[in-house]
Amino acid sequence: MTLDVLLFASYADALGASSVRVTVRDDARVADVVQAVRALAAGTTLPERPLVAVNHRYARRDQMVRATDEVALIPPVAGG
Amino acid sequence: MRTAVVDRAIDVAALVAEVTAVENGALSLFIGTVRNVNDGRAVEAIEYNAYAPMAEREMSEIAREAAEQFGTMHIVIEHRTGYVALGGVSVAIAVAHARRAPAMDASRWIIEQLKARVPIWKREHYTDGTREWVGQT
Repeated sequence: MTLDVLLFASYADALGASSVRVTVRDDARVADVVQAVRALAAGTTLPERPLVAVNHRYARRDQMVRATDEVALIPPVAGG
Repeated sequence: MRTAVVDRAIDVAALVAEVTAVENGALSLFIGTVRNVNDGRAVEAIEYNAYAPMAEREMSEIAREAAEQFGTMHIVIEHRTGYVALGGVSVAIAVAHARRAPAMDASRWIIEQLKARVPIWKREHYTDGTREWVGQT
């Protein structure tokens, strides 16, 4: 399946885009999506285990991902 | 209870009015502002960027947890996005309660949770023209 993964702040700067398209297996988990993003150009500048949100909630690395999910990589937050 | 990510100036007086009620004996107001120096570098503004739908969801979850933990529904949280100049308000939290201790404790708890959980980032703009995303503070 193909997914558009959202990027923010320093991660968006690192990859030069606010979202990237990746192709993963249909039974992919969060960790597989991260691996696919890190395989893109400049992807290894991202941490190996970034925080990931699926449908606006923090997700575990072993959580299943569906084609309709909104997946985002979350840099260390710094509000306030 | 109300939470919002906003791209205009935060009206602190409006937040206070919103949580004011005759059954409350205490109102605690936390205001986060942009400071002129960070890590020894002269700052002239901070640009806040949010993953808005998730930030809204996480902020309302924090408000809901605070309501349950501290026993008040009178909670309003607003966080800015966009450029905030020196001294400008980046976040405001108003909590009112029958008693002062839970009002103040809830306010402190909410800002710490917000800084740890809500997907908002800040890029400091320095007086020398450079800018940089900064980590948790």
